[in-house]
Amino acid sequence: MTGADFLGLFNYWIVIVLMMLGLYTVVSRGNLVKKIVGLNIFQVSVFLLYISIGKVRGGTAPILTGDPNEVYSNPLPHVLILTAIVVGVATTALGLALVVRIKNAYDSIEEDEIQAADDEMEFGAPADGKDAYGKEKAP
Amino acid sequence: MISAHLPVLQVVIPLIAAPLSVFCRRESMAYYLTLAVSLAALAVSVALLRQVLDQGTLSYALGSWAAPWGIEYRVDAANAIVLLIISGMSTVALPYTRVSIAREIEAHSHVLFYTCYLLCFTGLLGMVITGDAFNAFVFLEISSLSTYVLVALGARQDRRALTAAYTYLIMGTIGATFFVIGVGMLYMMTGTLNMADLAQRIPPIGANRTLVVAFAFIVTGIGLKLALFPMHLWLPNAYAFAPSAVTVFLAATATKAAVYLLLRFLFTVFGTDFHIFGPALTYLLMPLALLAMFAASTVAIFQVDIKRMLAYSSVAQLGYMVLGISLGTLTGLTAAIIHIFNHAVMKGALFMALGAVVYRFGGASIDHMRGLGRLMPWTMAAFVIGGLSLIGVPLTVGFISKWYLIAGSLESGLWPLAVLVVASSLLAVIYIWRVVEAAYLDEPAAGATAGEAPAGLLIPTWIMIGANIYFGIDAGLTTEVAEQAARVLLGGAK
Repeated sequence: MTGADFLGLFNYWIVIVLMMLGLYTVVSRGNLVKKIVGLNIFQVSVFLLYISIGKVRGGTAPILTGDPNEVYSNPLPHVLILTAIVVGVATTALGLALVVRIKNAYDSIEEDEIQAADDEMEFGAPADGKDAYGKEKAP
Repeated sequence: MISAHLPVLQVVIPLIAAPLSVFCRRESMAYYLTLAVSLAALAVSVALLRQVLDQGTLSYALGSWAAPWGIEYRVDAANAIVLLIISGMSTVALPYTRVSIAREIEAHSHVLFYTCYLLCFTGLLGMVITGDAFNAFVFLEISSLSTYVLVALGARQDRRALTAAYTYLIMGTIGATFFVIGVGMLYMMTGTLNMADLAQRIPPIGANRTLVVAFAFIVTGIGLKLALFPMHLWLPNAYAFAPSAVTVFLAATATKAAVYLLLRFLFTVFGTDFHIFGPALTYLLMPLALLAMFAASTVAIFQVDIKRMLAYSSVAQLGYMVLGISLGTLTGLTAAIIHIFNHAVMKGALFMALGAVVYRFGGASIDHMRGLGRLMPWTMAAFVIGGLSLIGVPLTVGFISKWYLIAGSLESGLWPLAVLVVASSLLAVIYIWRVVEAAYLDEPAAGATAGEAPAGLLIPTWIMIGANIYFGIDAGLTTEVAEQAARVLLGGAK
C-alpha cells in the first residue's frame, strides 16, 4: 500500500485503532468507570466511521446555500450519528448511575473486589482468613 | 381511518404513555395507565395480524415520507406474530407484575418502574415493526436501556442485581454498536437503510468483502442481544437477580424480538442468495445452536438458584430456535417461529410460578422448593406442567416445537440433529425432575409456614398454563401463522 493510499484511508485506520483501543479497555480494565470510558472510545470510532463515509469530494457542509451548482456532503450519516451520540450519552449516564449504586452497595468499584465479595456471599469466607485474592483481610 | 394508521399506533401509544406515566402521583394511576396501554397495544396487534393474514404485507410510510427515503413500518406475517406475542405477554403479565413488585421493589420506585416498563414495551414493539435498519438500532437501544434499569431494580432483594445490570449494559452496548457498524457498512455499499431496498441492492453487488464483514458484524451484534452461545454470559445473572415480574416479561419477549431481528436480516435483507448465507447457517449458527442446547442444559442441572437454572434453560431453548433457523428450510423456519411463541408461553408460566415462590418465601433456591408440593399445590402444579412443556411432552406446547424441529432435521437429511434434539430434551428432564423431587418428595424446611400464593399471582400463571395446554392440543392457529411467516421470509421481501 503506497503512502498516498495510507493517507487517503487515514480516517479508517483511526477508526480501527480507536475501536480496538476501546474494546481492549473494556475487557482489560477492572475499574468500572474505566470500562465505561472504553465503551465511549469504542462508540466514538463508530461515529468517525459513519461521518467519514458521508464526505463527498469537493462537498461543503450540507446546508442549502441557494447556489444551484453547489456540491454538498451527504447529510444522512450526520443525522444517524446525532442519534447514535444521544444513545451513547444515555448509555454512559445510565452506566455511571449504576456505578454510583454499586459503590454504595459494595464500597468498591473494582471488578475483582466486587467479584470477591459476591463469591464470599455465595460460597462463604475462605478458610485461611485471607480474602479470595490471597491478601490479608483488614481487621 | 384508524385502521390505516395501525402500524404507527402500535408504537406511538406506549411511547406517549411513558413520559405521561412519570406525572402519575400514585402507583395505581401508573398501573392502570400501563394496563390500558397494554390492552390497546394488544388490540392493535390482533387487528394487524388479521389485516396481514387477509391482505398480505402492510406498508406504512412514517410522516408520509415514501420509502426508501423515509422510514417505513412494514408488517408481514413474521412481524405480526411477534407483535402479538409481545403485547399479549405484557397484558397477561401486568396484573401479576402489580402484585409481585409490591414485595420486591421499594414503594416510591413503583411509578418509575411502570415508566421503564412502558419504554421497554415501546422499544420491543418498535424493533419488531420497523422496516428500516437504523430505526431498528434506535428501538433496540430504547428497549435495552430500559431493561438495564428494570434489572437493576432488583437491588433491594439482592445487590448482585446491580452488577448484573452493569454487565448486561456493557455487553448489550457492545452488541448494539456492532450492529450499527454492520448497518453503516451496508449503507456504505448500497446507499440505503430501508430493509426492502437493501434486499434489492445487495444481490447485484455480488461477492464483496465489505458486505461479508457487515454480515459478520450484524450477526454478532444481534447474537449478543439474543444470548446466542457463547455470548449469553449476561443472561443468567440478569434473569436471576431482576425482580420476578421483570424476569417474566424479559424471558418471554426481549430475546424473542432479537430472534425476529436475526430472521429479518438473514432472510429478508441478505437473502438466501447471499454467497455466504449457506455456509454461515451450516458452519456458524448450527454448531453454536447445538453447543447452546447441550452446554446450557448441562450447566442448568447444577444450579442451586432455580431462577438461574431456568435462565440457562432459556439459553438452551434459544439454541433450539437458532437450530431451526440454521436448517434454512420451510419446516426449520416454521419450527423456529413456532418456538418463539411456545417458549414465550412456557417460560412465562415457569417464571410466574417461581415468582409466586419468591413472593411467599423471599427466594427461589432449591432449598426453598422443598416440600412446596404440599404448601403451595397450585403453584407447583403450574411448575410441573410448565416443566413438562419444556421437556416436550405431548399435549403441551413444547411438543409442537420439538416435533417441527425433528421433522425439519429429518427432511434436511440430518438425522443426527434429530437425535441431538431428543438427547437435550432428556437433559431438561434431569433439571426439572430435581425441582419436582424437592417439591413433592422432600419435607418442607423447618418453620416454613407460608401458604399458597395470592390469586393475583396464580390467575395469570394458570392463564399461561392454559395457553400451554390449549396450543399444545390445538396448534392449528399457531402453526398456520408460523408457516405463513416462514413462507414470507423464504420468499424474500415483497
